[in-house]
Amino acid sequence: MSEALPAEGLLGWSWLLIALPLAGAAVLLLGGRRTDRWGHLLGTATVVGAFLLAVLCAVQLTDVEERSVDVDLFTFISTGELDVRAGLLYDPLSALFALLITGVGALIHVYSIGYMAHDPGRRRFFAYLNLFVAAMLLLVLGNSFVALYVGWEGVGLASYLLIAFWYTRPAAATAAKKAFIMNRVGDVGLALAIFIMFAQLGTTSYAGVFGAVGTLAGGTITAIGLLLLLGACGKSGQFPLQAWLPDAMEGPTPVSALIHAATMVTAGVYLIARSAPIYDLTETARTVVLAVGAITLLIGAIAGCAFDDIKKVLAYSTVSQIGYMFLAVGLGPAGYVAGLAHLLTHGFFKAGLFLGAGSVMHAMDDQVDMRRFGGLWKKLPITFATFGLGYLALIGFPFLSGYFTKDAIIEAALDRDDVWGWVLGGVAVLGAGLTAFYMTRLMLMTFFGRARWREGVHPHESPSVMTAPMVVLALGSIGAGFLLVEAFPLSDWLEPVFGEPEEAAHVVAPATVGLVVTVVMLLGVLAAWLFVGRREVPTEAPVRVSPVTRAARNALYADTVNESLVMRPGQWLTRALVWVDNRGVDGAVNGLAAGLGGSSSRLGRTQTGFVRSYALGMLGGAVLVAGALLAVTSG
Amino acid sequence: MTPTYYLVLAAILFTIGAVGVLVRRNAIVVFMCVELMLNAVNLTLITFARTTGTIDGQIIALFVMVVAAAEVVIGLAIIMSIYRTRRSASVDDANLLKY
Repeated sequence: MSEALPAEGLLGWSWLLIALPLAGAAVLLLGGRRTDRWGHLLGTATVVGAFLLAVLCAVQLTDVEERSVDVDLFTFISTGELDVRAGLLYDPLSALFALLITGVGALIHVYSIGYMAHDPGRRRFFAYLNLFVAAMLLLVLGNSFVALYVGWEGVGLASYLLIAFWYTRPAAATAAKKAFIMNRVGDVGLALAIFIMFAQLGTTSYAGVFGAVGTLAGGTITAIGLLLLLGACGKSGQFPLQAWLPDAMEGPTPVSALIHAATMVTAGVYLIARSAPIYDLTETARTVVLAVGAITLLIGAIAGCAFDDIKKVLAYSTVSQIGYMFLAVGLGPAGYVAGLAHLLTHGFFKAGLFLGAGSVMHAMDDQVDMRRFGGLWKKLPITFATFGLGYLALIGFPFLSGYFTKDAIIEAALDRDDVWGWVLGGVAVLGAGLTAFYMTRLMLMTFFGRARWREGVHPHESPSVMTAPMVVLALGSIGAGFLLVEAFPLSDWLEPVFGEPEEAAHVVAPATVGLVVTVVMLLGVLAAWLFVGRREVPTEAPVRVSPVTRAARNALYADTVNESLVMRPGQWLTRALVWVDNRGVDGAVNGLAAGLGGSSSRLGRTQTGFVRSYALGMLGGAVLVAGALLAVTSG
Repeated sequence: MTPTYYLVLAAILFTIGAVGVLVRRNAIVVFMCVELMLNAVNLTLITFARTTGTIDGQIIALFVMVVAAAEVVIGLAIIMSIYRTRRSASVDDANLLKY
């Protein structure tokens, strides 16, 4: 980690990157209905402005020595020994993310103008999108784990609000709650990691933590690494917290593209890449990252093969592709750059694919069942072309984006040169084949074959305000991989963060890897054609299917496992606690009160109103007193 | 002078009074029994005053008589008003003041 210089010139204004979208969100949310007519334009303008600023900042950054500046803003928390200063760290890694977030974000804002044109809540939608962009930029630009945490929770909030954007639909409201709660599980890990850092090191800033992390005991470093990983798993939809991401597709499609494909769900990868100095010191935590990545990669790919909902397939594809990124960053120094390159190209082609899916839904009266699509390539030529390019990039068609970045990950895995390297490489290659299968199935069912539309559906191409961003993202799907891996290697740009790139061992020649991956990919495509393409697609999903298909349709029973292992015991625990509270705690207090009340009313019964019994009582009392006096004086 | 006879007489009078208060229902009789107990005490006081040759006991006996007179005035008035409202002088009937 290089020493950050104080910010000068334009970079000193980089806080505007966050402030612009935040101001947009504030104006739109506080302005109310007055801003309905121009709210979407303001929301788009702030993000476009932030993108231009990010470009200028990135250009400026190339002139700075070590390409790393610290923008000190103000004291955020100062209490006792805890002193957190709010500030931004502008280095190649955060600049890269800022460009991705504002760039793809701006395109999706433009697309949303068309997509949400007829929605009465359009202003609210743009306000939440702006809020998301601001929080996400804070997440990647903050110079301490606390700043990251604030952004982390901010994107969680924005994600919740946007999934539940159509809150009158029970499915959307439930999905939003599920996403929020599963994210909380991960956030607990992140928070605990920050607590440990403060308790052990007394600081939470990146510079302070990474500078001193070497002095900690090995067990503590591993604990921090695992807790950070838990946070990353929650946010990025990784095993075992992957179940919320596909459900999050209940939100509007631009949200799926921006938040649940291109940017927010990659925050986990960012967290692990940013914490590279910690993971470099703990082999155990890195192994767990690898395992999580490999397992998620397969789970996502297998589940993606079975769903008929076009957005769910893309969502499981996202889960699977982020698994690739986790696998890459888990490999350590050899894999960080490969993982981040895949993150960037994935941001392009997956956002493009989601926007294409949105365009298809737009044309088909919000139908998402692929069994009701078919033959759309003639009706939606631009959508078909851009979606097709995104598809080819995703399955790793030679010389498109995904080919370069996915191959880099597989090569990095094989370069471990041990049994696990071969296992991980094999898993990644298998995943590539499955990716080709489910994406080809999606293409065939959506754009080819006989039209299986419902009655009264008249598909029409989307307006140019929607197709233009799709075209731009499709261009990115073609060229980004070549640019980032071959033309202007990302490893050079990120060198100040991750150090000089090591000379790759090339255990297996890159050409061989490329060939094998391409062959496996073609096998996947062929399999999809055999199973789906050459016969008629039934409009109702077949009921009698193999156990494997049934398991995949249930997403490998992730929800069942969560429910039986976590939810049910949780409910039992809650009920037991409610019982203890009602009967134990309340019972003790209420019982005491009832006992006192009862005994006092029973005592009151002695007041019978009969004068003679009072007289007898007085006499008895007087005799007792007299007897006592006699006993005392005579004794 | 032997105080024993006087004291025994006083004790007998007191016992008769106490038993009367406890067993009789008529408020007038109960009242008379209370007077009997007071006078039994007075007798005891006078007896001890004579035995010891001091005047304290006689003074207290005078006080008791004054208090008893005042008590008779109020007590008879209460008994009268109770009788007027309930047409009965039984103490067992005046039992509303209870739990």
